[in-house]
Amino acid sequence: MNDFPREALILGGNRIPFARSGGPYAGISNQDLLTAALEGLVARYSLQGEKLGEIAGGAVLKLAGDLNLTRESALGTPLDPRTPAVDMSKACATSLETVLHVSNRIRLGQIDSGIACGVDSASDAPIEVTPRLRRILHRAFAAKTAMQRVKALSAIRPADLSPVPPRNGEPRTGLSMGEHQALTTAEWGITREAQDELALASHKNLAAAYDAGFFDDLVTGYRGLARDQNLRPDSTLEKLGSLKPVFGVKSPQVAEPTMTAGNSTPLSDGASSVLLGSAEWAAERGLKPLARVVDARSAAVDFVHGDEGLLMAPAYAVPELLDANGLALQDLDLYEIHEAFASTVLTTLKAWESDEFCRTRLGRGGALGAIDRSRLNVAGSSLAAGHPFAATGGRLVATLAKLLHERAVETGRVQRGLISVCAAAGQGTVMLLESVTD
Amino acid sequence: MTDTYTRLVRSAPGGMLAKQLGLPRPSKLLRRGDRPEPVLGPVVVLGASAAADALARRLLDEGADVRRRFEDLRSVGTVVIVADELTAPGDLGPLVLPLAGAMRSLLPGARVVTISRPATGEEPARDAARGGVEGFVRSLAHEMRGGATANGILVADGVGPDAPGVVGALRFLLSARSAFITGQFLTVTSDAGSATADLAQPLAGRTALVTGAARGIGAAIARTLSADGARLVVLDVPGAGTELSRLANELRAVPIQLDVTSEGAGERLVSFLREHGLLLDIVVLNAGITRDKLFANMTPDRWDPVLGVNITSQITLSEALLEAGDALGAHPRFVSLASTSGIAGNRGQTNYAASKAGVMAFVDALAGRLEASGGTANAVAPGFIETEMTAKMPALTREVARRVNSLAQGGRPVDVAEAIAFLASDEAGGVQGQTLRVCGQNMVGK
Repeated sequence: MNDFPREALILGGNRIPFARSGGPYAGISNQDLLTAALEGLVARYSLQGEKLGEIAGGAVLKLAGDLNLTRESALGTPLDPRTPAVDMSKACATSLETVLHVSNRIRLGQIDSGIACGVDSASDAPIEVTPRLRRILHRAFAAKTAMQRVKALSAIRPADLSPVPPRNGEPRTGLSMGEHQALTTAEWGITREAQDELALASHKNLAAAYDAGFFDDLVTGYRGLARDQNLRPDSTLEKLGSLKPVFGVKSPQVAEPTMTAGNSTPLSDGASSVLLGSAEWAAERGLKPLARVVDARSAAVDFVHGDEGLLMAPAYAVPELLDANGLALQDLDLYEIHEAFASTVLTTLKAWESDEFCRTRLGRGGALGAIDRSRLNVAGSSLAAGHPFAATGGRLVATLAKLLHERAVETGRVQRGLISVCAAAGQGTVMLLESVTD
Repeated sequence: MTDTYTRLVRSAPGGMLAKQLGLPRPSKLLRRGDRPEPVLGPVVVLGASAAADALARRLLDEGADVRRRFEDLRSVGTVVIVADELTAPGDLGPLVLPLAGAMRSLLPGARVVTISRPATGEEPARDAARGGVEGFVRSLAHEMRGGATANGILVADGVGPDAPGVVGALRFLLSARSAFITGQFLTVTSDAGSATADLAQPLAGRTALVTGAARGIGAAIARTLSADGARLVVLDVPGAGTELSRLANELRAVPIQLDVTSEGAGERLVSFLREHGLLLDIVVLNAGITRDKLFANMTPDRWDPVLGVNITSQITLSEALLEAGDALGAHPRFVSLASTSGIAGNRGQTNYAASKAGVMAFVDALAGRLEASGGTANAVAPGFIETEMTAKMPALTREVARRVNSLAQGGRPVDVAEAIAFLASDEAGGVQGQTLRVCGQNMVGK
């Protein structure tokens, strides 16, 4: 399928339970959250004192002082302090990109092992000062005499002192992600019922997976939290149906808003990590590979000047990935489509089922077709688990790798899985995994 | 670590004040790190029996400064009273009275240990003498000063005084590892067990599971067993996962997140052990909780979890491990956490005391089941130990609880851990179904 010198294997993962923003992890820094996720990974796979090839990580809501967030977090673990690290960023696709980065380096033979990770704390989002105050302060810091400093500082006006809160919108449109998706949802005619059903399935699937012990070796409890805080095992369609719409309510283009707090992901805090290695490296340590990273693609759409939805890039990236690997959409055994909003998943699926979309936008002969919905997000996804932006990719990769491995052992057949993550600024990253058994 | 009162009375003015007011003045207890020598010299072995001679020779061979009389000694570190041949209460006086004149020469942290036999209900006069030893030791322990302790070993008839269990118990009681144990008896019921090969790493090559390991006494147990050479499997609830990971990273242990009260917890533990290719030689059932309330206000939501975690989980886990057939090593050592509350009862702790009294009866029964295979089951009953749990007690209650023992202070988690490490050792094979108190002779119960 490709002629890379060797395979990059997913050996396992670890994350901390995801918490609602302002909840049990309020006041805890990105560095502490990421350190906890890495400490759990080190303990689970006995990596104390190991020097790894590289750790790639990142955060979306990142403080300016967290220049080397991943490296500083790794230094707080019992890993060999000579393990290098890199910080990366691509909004919600950040840790899917870190997985890709580490796996590519392993495949090229540049490193034998690595950790891909991501963290975000919506509770500890950076707050900036106004550009005018920043310039005044820079002048004051540069001043050579006390008089010059006083003079510089005397320019500060009361209005300069109000901080600039984190912006919750696309810089080029001023619309929040939810508002953007509300437009797409209305355009594609995704119903409230379909969204609530998807949200309910997410909670039921995640709860069932926890009850079955599926997350015993994927999640390490933190600050007294043993499961994702957003999870509502007893949620019902009635309860979800009673919630008021929160997105699209101010947009005249949206006749009937359908997106609620129940079928949209909440702001969350959390961190995730994935351990990757070559076959030799894993064998030397007695670690059993779960899956291999087969391939990945990314795409972007013009949501500013074009007529495409902000979160539709994966609809373009997936066909490209499938074509490159000679697969049809239906050849996959499992699908992990990130539930930024229930309607994001439903719009993407509807687009692939649309002859018109696939012909005019994707330039194909016809529709990719429908998927077997019982193979979609089978262990729950972001709607139930929460969505600390940069931590979501790591959660998806570790979960899917374990699911594929388990099913391959059960069925005796190789299992393939697709991960699709949309990201701010009209971007998307998608990845193909394949099960590995002994 | 040291409480405020103890810090105060250890200062010069505070000490003077406490002396004049007749207040307790707790001494600093010497632990493993403070007193590394296995036996504090000089040692005086009292008794004229063959066992006394053999013991004196053994201690001499191990490098101790051994005497048979107190004469010419300015200070005394250890006194071993070998009383294995008592026939009537009258035999006691000549044996123990030489110590009376030497009490003021005992060094800080000194050890007095008796070796005698338990009453059997066969000969009234002999039983009276044997029983008398208990009263003597328990009272002597109250009179010890400077962190010194007095304990006894009861050797069942038919068991030689050089059996591994007797040697092991003596080694433990003479060492700094038993710092917070005083006024207690350890019974050796059989010749089972074997001598320790490596005294520096007595648990080398062994694999030990500790439940409730993330914090407090559990973490101390894991650290102590690890320091003694054991490979550790540390277990705690998922909510304490990160603390557990940190401990696992520190000890290079295998962490397992599991709620011991969840359905199928035993089977999950067994399949985890199989997956990781682990055989347990030592099982420390430490997980425990409190939900204190006067019985008048007791409700199922306070009663049930306490019984569920403290005793029912011990039963289900040990049964699952025994039934698995491939989860345990050849001579498994089970050690459970009981409590002095389970012995004497404690106001506001009907639920806790019921669970902990249950633990003591449980280990006795489990020991019977394990005996044929060379396995053992015992319990340790901590008294007041300085932990997060006791830090939550009301201040005055806590202060009183600290002082009502012969050492006038709370114990440390490591004191409990040391007792567990002894009961988990090869030497302790002859110690079966017992509950050893680690309470500084807390004045409740026996």
